[in-house]
Amino acid sequence: MNLHVSADIWQPVRLTLELAALTTVILMIVGTPIAWWLARSRAWWKEAVAALVAIPLVLPPTVLGFYLLVALGPSGPGGALASLWGARTLAFTFPGLVIGSVLFSMPFVVQPIRNAFEAMGEKPMEAAATLRASPWRAFWTIAVPLASPGFLTGAILGFAHTVGEFGVVLMIGGNIPGKTKVLSVAIYDYVETSQWTEASVLALGMVVFSFSVILTMMLIEKKMTKSAS
Amino acid sequence: MSSVKVDFRGTLGRFELNARFEVPARGVTAIFGPSGCGKTAVMRCIAGLNRLDGLCSVAGDVWQDDKTFRPVHQRPIGYVFQEANLFPHLSVRRNLMYGHPGQSSAAAISFDEIVALLGITKLLDRSPRHLSGGERQRVAIGRALLSQPKLLLMDEPLSALDQMTKDEILPYLERLHAALDLPILYISHDIAEVERLADELVLMRSGMVLACGPLSELQADLSLPLALSRDAAVSLDATVMAQDAVDGMATLAVPGGQFLLPAEPLASGTKRRLRVLADDVSLALETPSRSTIVNVLRAKILEIRSQSDHRVTALLGLGEDGEGARLLSRVTQRSWNELGLQAGLSVYAQVKGVALVRREEPAA
Repeated sequence: MNLHVSADIWQPVRLTLELAALTTVILMIVGTPIAWWLARSRAWWKEAVAALVAIPLVLPPTVLGFYLLVALGPSGPGGALASLWGARTLAFTFPGLVIGSVLFSMPFVVQPIRNAFEAMGEKPMEAAATLRASPWRAFWTIAVPLASPGFLTGAILGFAHTVGEFGVVLMIGGNIPGKTKVLSVAIYDYVETSQWTEASVLALGMVVFSFSVILTMMLIEKKMTKSAS
Repeated sequence: MSSVKVDFRGTLGRFELNARFEVPARGVTAIFGPSGCGKTAVMRCIAGLNRLDGLCSVAGDVWQDDKTFRPVHQRPIGYVFQEANLFPHLSVRRNLMYGHPGQSSAAAISFDEIVALLGITKLLDRSPRHLSGGERQRVAIGRALLSQPKLLLMDEPLSALDQMTKDEILPYLERLHAALDLPILYISHDIAEVERLADELVLMRSGMVLACGPLSELQADLSLPLALSRDAAVSLDATVMAQDAVDGMATLAVPGGQFLLPAEPLASGTKRRLRVLADDVSLALETPSRSTIVNVLRAKILEIRSQSDHRVTALLGLGEDGEGARLLSRVTQRSWNELGLQAGLSVYAQVKGVALVRREEPAA
């Protein structure tokens, strides 16, 4: 076994963190209104939307990746979008990975935020309205602080889940070093090419990372339930 | 024009609401009725929290009609919910300030005044999580008042509290009533609360308004369920005339008569509210010579209603001509027959018990 760890091992790590951070930020912005609507709407078809958002939970990542590949490719809407800046396709690019990750991690962000909004109930918002708060002010001063545990859980899960995705990335990103080669793909590659040291360093890193994420979440949850009672 | 006018009709959840009333935009108006009769629904419609077809205007300001529906946050209301509904993530002080962030000294209802009136000075920097039920409800009342409302809506603010806590808060509510010139709509299913606080009454039953008007008139209306209920009573607004320094007996005047009752020192000329239960008023044809009952008043029988439990409820007008304040008397059918009582007859009303139900109010 070669004990020398190749230096470009850090490239996928940095790329993965960039991807996860950007995905999480986008998901907080896009996911919050969706979660709010799912929590408050009385439309009969809202559960259909909720199911659509949740599909990546059960769909094989390769299936989602396949459709994304078609959509992002030259003849799909992604290709049309890419042609705006003279590119042919969004597949096998970093922006394409971000789009894929946003869709794939969406349920992990929307669900906790929706739950938090639902747990809060109508009453605080009603009280705020009777105190002359516009819906906009009530949302930022009451709903967001009260749902903050949900936001925190959503952000952590969204980030962690993006770090760990493999199937979708492989389908739409391939493994272009420095552009689309993320951690999970890199591990796969190292194993394929029998670079066991690199593979085990990354794998162990992932284990430690996952453990810390879950432990942090449990501690936060414990603290939140303590201060809420 | 200074009135609260309401007319809502439609289906809310499982029941039909058809509520229409007009009450003066001053003093306390109680909305009274059994649980589930639509009291809360009416109040939520007034606040704009629910929307039914209809009309709502307050002191000439139209909040809702066929064309307009003003959103909740643009209605100058204060709303006190059954549960205090404080914001758990804000301190008591920030809860109080929420409806009025830029507190100016020009505000009609000042922060310091309200905090003192409600006795919550010591709680300001605490979290609502660490307050007792009664404290929470006082903060909720203060928060609603500090939003400088033109109409205060209170939905059974005491119903979630135990009797001791209720007794602790009621004096604050009475003080509010006396200190602030703010119309209050107050929902209750507890007649004792209504008798203490209300000037006007809206009587509701199964989504309909049975009657509305001054409390004392509705209490004495034999066609309404109130006068025939087990704890039927009348509320009388009385003026303190004098008080015996030795035995503490105070003389309070009502139209057509005077009541004597033992009381803590009362200032002469102040207004007090008395409550007389129908069961505490018996009737005699002659003035009884020796008795422990101190209040024997001339009255005239105006109207009677026989009840299925072999008793008779009579409406009395005080004074020889029966033109004074109204009292209710409940006696057995047998005594009624034996004395040959009937409407139009002059009698002596013997009042066994009179209660002071409201704190002092400044002389008008």
